[in-house]
Amino acid sequence: MSTAATTTAVPVRRRRGLPVVRQLKQAVGLQRGMLVAGLVLTGVFLLTAALADLLAPYGYNQLRDADGPFGAQQSPSGEHWLGTTVGGYDVLSRVIYGTRTALAVIVVGIVLSFFIGVLLGLVSGYFGGWLDRVLVVVADAVYAFPPLLLAIVTAIVISGGQSSLWGGIMAAAIAITVIYIPQYFRVIRAETVRIKAEAYVESAKVIGASHWRIMTRHVLRNATRTLPLILTLNASEAILTLAGLGFLGFGIEPTSGAEWGFDLNRALSDVTSGIWWTSIPPGLAIVWVVLGLTLVGESLNDLVDPRLRSRRAADAGETGEVTVVPGGTLGAGPAGLAGIEATR
Amino acid sequence: MTTTSTELTGEPATVPEAAPPTRRRRTGGGLGSYITVRFLLIFPTVFILVTTVFFLMRTTGDPITAALGGRLAPAELAERVAAAGYDRPLFTQYLEYLGQLVRLDFGTTLSTNQPVLEVLADFGAATLELAVYALIVAFVIGIPLGRFAAYARDRWPDAVLRVFAILCYATPVFFLGMLLKLVFSSSLGWLPANGRASTRTEILIQTSVDNPTGIYLIDAIKTGSGEAVRDVLEHAILPAVALGLLTAGVFLRLVRTNVIGTLGMGYVEAARSRGVGERRLLRKHAYRPALIPIITVIGLQIALLLGGAVLTETTFEWRGLGFQLSEFLQARDFVAVQGMVVLLAVVVAVTNFVVDVVAALIDPRVRY
Repeated sequence: MSTAATTTAVPVRRRRGLPVVRQLKQAVGLQRGMLVAGLVLTGVFLLTAALADLLAPYGYNQLRDADGPFGAQQSPSGEHWLGTTVGGYDVLSRVIYGTRTALAVIVVGIVLSFFIGVLLGLVSGYFGGWLDRVLVVVADAVYAFPPLLLAIVTAIVISGGQSSLWGGIMAAAIAITVIYIPQYFRVIRAETVRIKAEAYVESAKVIGASHWRIMTRHVLRNATRTLPLILTLNASEAILTLAGLGFLGFGIEPTSGAEWGFDLNRALSDVTSGIWWTSIPPGLAIVWVVLGLTLVGESLNDLVDPRLRSRRAADAGETGEVTVVPGGTLGAGPAGLAGIEATR
Repeated sequence: MTTTSTELTGEPATVPEAAPPTRRRRTGGGLGSYITVRFLLIFPTVFILVTTVFFLMRTTGDPITAALGGRLAPAELAERVAAAGYDRPLFTQYLEYLGQLVRLDFGTTLSTNQPVLEVLADFGAATLELAVYALIVAFVIGIPLGRFAAYARDRWPDAVLRVFAILCYATPVFFLGMLLKLVFSSSLGWLPANGRASTRTEILIQTSVDNPTGIYLIDAIKTGSGEAVRDVLEHAILPAVALGLLTAGVFLRLVRTNVIGTLGMGYVEAARSRGVGERRLLRKHAYRPALIPIITVIGLQIALLLGGAVLTETTFEWRGLGFQLSEFLQARDFVAVQGMVVLLAVVVAVTNFVVDVVAALIDPRVRY
């Protein structure tokens, strides 16, 4: 449980640092390969986002340089390594700047849903009562809803479809928040209900620890076993949701930011005429990031828990208890964490 | 079932959800009460979603201003808002909206002035057809591969298949769809890129089939023209693969995990000690029980498939509900969007109910 030794006050990014190093030393064979591959992919993504200004040959909304306009749908050349889009932007630059948009959405979306979901789950599981019941029903209802549709509704609410850079980022991030709160809520609540019956919680109560202290020190620290997995999987899911929204026309306008899903939407007609360079680069960028984050999450899932490290599948029933929600659709079967994942 | 339902109807609708399963187990609830409770659960679920969607959509303003704001003179706009009743108190509108829903009135689209329910009737079949194809693809690819991965556990085929499953998840359906279009349609020219059928086939169906079901494959078979059937199937391949692979990855992982899990069970050990061969163990003893959780997961997949269908249909101009929804989104017709979202929520809730009941019928452990 040492990997999970953190409180809600610690930022999301930092909590992953140390544990990952530890897992890297533990891992062997295929698991190690997957973890390393995931870390490399994710690392390249983060570096690209940080150094976008240096790496990108042009601005994301640049239409012309000293030699005149770029021209639309130009095939790849020395000046434009990946050609230009139907709108006349440089494809490579937009792909590179797209990492920034993606990273911003991940960070805002995950931080929001993490804090709200964990807090609600703790309070709900710890105190129980009518609040707990209401929250469980609401979380289940939201959980059963197609995430993309929920994201669409939220995006309409936030931005009304008009998208500036931060408007678009917030729309996607809040849409993601709404979708993922129930997941953190469910997992943390289930763990809290289990942990609060443990002897050490009783002991803490006896010596007069406050509710808040018990919740953060005793319950939360022991309830975070599956959080690294959910965090990384949600980060990758956030990218997919952002891209899906962009693809449906809820993207960020090309003049105010670069977003891969929106570029893919614009590239849709190019595909029919055999133009590949407008669609493949942004698409591969999405796959790159999602693949990297998912590989990290998967490997962490296998490695964080000693019981799962060697024989992950045989113990799936064990982790399954985390996902069980009264009346929920995941009620039975040894689906376990695969059950959580299966819901996207 | 009737006796248990009378016993349960006395409770408020939200209680069954929160009631701890242990209590129900103690009272010895059987299949009947499980189904009843599960059925009653549809109502709070749908109610919460309807309420959430309604208030979310109204926090920013009324749909008419959203759709036409800036395009009409303010006075004219106010007139149309008042005519539609959007200037009344929000709570009055909410009650009225609930009343409409009870009468199965999901609103009328602003852009095409058509009842939303009619949109569903017109385009639901297309989405259903696509979803069924995609599920077939998912089954055919996901389940055998998952079984094979379990068989080859921790060896290289397993590694390849696991990465394949992650790739299936990591690739957005619309990007996969565009890739497929680039390769098989633009470059190779093997398969059509867009639509559900060629214009010729569509005309043939409209003229020669009396009561078209809207499911093109059935309609094409009814025309008796082999060419039409072929045409419809050719159009279906790429969208079905794009959408199906998404679910195939999930099935692959699930089957793999579950088969490995059941292979470690006591009864499999017992069979092994009796001298049953490994292949037979896998096929007869471990494989079948591992399929049960799939049924539960299919319920969750319906929600995923509907989301994916919106994107897939937009990619392939497959004229189904998802394609319509994205058209309404582009047109900023939020009445239609709200109606369709609520309608889809009901569809998802009901499908989940059916799937849960089927799962309970098959596996007694599912019940409360």
